[in-house]
Amino acid sequence: MDQRTRLLEAALFAAPRPLALDELSILEPEATDADWLQAVRELREHYDNEGHGIEVVEIAGGYQVLTRAAFAEAIERAAFAARPVRLSAAALEVLAIVAYRQPVGRAEIEEIRGVSSAGVLRLLQERGLIEVSGRSEGLGRPLLYSTAPQFLEYLGLADLGDLPRADELSIALTPPATEG
Amino acid sequence: MPAAAPAGAGDGGFVVTLDRYAGPLDLLLHLIRREEIDIWDIPIARIADQFLRAIHDLGLDEAAEYLEMAARLLRIKAQMLLPRRGDAEAWEDPRHELVRRLLEYQQVREIADWLDAAAHRRAGRFARGWVPPAPDQPPPPLEFTIEELLEALERVVAMLPDPVIHRVIPRPLDVEAATARVMDLLRERDAFGWRDVLGPSPSVVDVLSSLVALLELARRGLLLLSQPRPFTPFVIARGPAYETA
Repeated sequence: MDQRTRLLEAALFAAPRPLALDELSILEPEATDADWLQAVRELREHYDNEGHGIEVVEIAGGYQVLTRAAFAEAIERAAFAARPVRLSAAALEVLAIVAYRQPVGRAEIEEIRGVSSAGVLRLLQERGLIEVSGRSEGLGRPLLYSTAPQFLEYLGLADLGDLPRADELSIALTPPATEG
Repeated sequence: MPAAAPAGAGDGGFVVTLDRYAGPLDLLLHLIRREEIDIWDIPIARIADQFLRAIHDLGLDEAAEYLEMAARLLRIKAQMLLPRRGDAEAWEDPRHELVRRLLEYQQVREIADWLDAAAHRRAGRFARGWVPPAPDQPPPPLEFTIEELLEALERVVAMLPDPVIHRVIPRPLDVEAATARVMDLLRERDAFGWRDVLGPSPSVVDVLSSLVALLELARRGLLLLSQPRPFTPFVIARGPAYETA
């Protein structure tokens, strides 16, 4: 590994969250984005090919060093680290609707789910997964919700484009062809 | 994913091991899946009956959202029973809106499951652990002689300012005298002002005593306080209880 790749490794080790390219550029102003991408690639290959227990993962528009999934149970069993508390089915439903319809108001969420969702919205806001992103022009100018930066980190996604597209889901919103 | 699963559904009996669905649509989808019903051709009478029985067994028959869905199902059931007039083209299936909502909801459920799986995958890969900063080391034990201690004490005593002693003098409000003054004025004049009660060069205690006296007399109905126009001094006159007092 060259000097820059080692610097990248040190930075990813020290940072408590994913580091984006523009943050990496602070480390060494003369290096370009392409240089950093090259360093990321080299570090990733190093971890993958030399048999490391950690890997470079692209999350929330940045890069982070994480332990490999294979060791999840052993680490958790030894209580060296804990998984975050899992979200309830109701919270996941609201999160799904916000992710796909953002910005979206509470009324639309409740219309789709058929149940009141104020408490769940508050919980998701407290966990930093969604945030108020504006107000609707409609009656009473209700609050609109969008996903927060923490959403991508929580799911381990590089960006919102990593969510499954509607046509990849098994449910199609069209009726089956009827005869005649 | 529904948080409840039927443990046994033989005999039309509905046994539920866990106690919660994410909502009426979740429960309805669950029933449809269990009965292996074609979602595009729901036997509405049968599913409405099952829904009612399920919410009763689950103790959900007081939850407004479930009742609303039950009412919707019964309305659709009634609409299905109405004779269809005219050509079949004009007839709109009363189940259509329900089907649309069910499919939409099913899609949400599918995405929710995907999110759950993604979060679970992410949770299994740990970032470098956050280590709390080490607590400060306890200070080393003190070593000194009694002379050093006394010197330090003298330095501290020298820094103390001379004590300032305040004496608090009680100046109680003289509400009784003020009340007598107001009653005198009420007897002498039909109306008077606030300054007339105070007299010349009043002290703070006089002002407060008079104010309390005025408010108390007004409360007892012996005088009336009125303000003819905004921001003008208020006028004091005899109140309804004055004559009887």
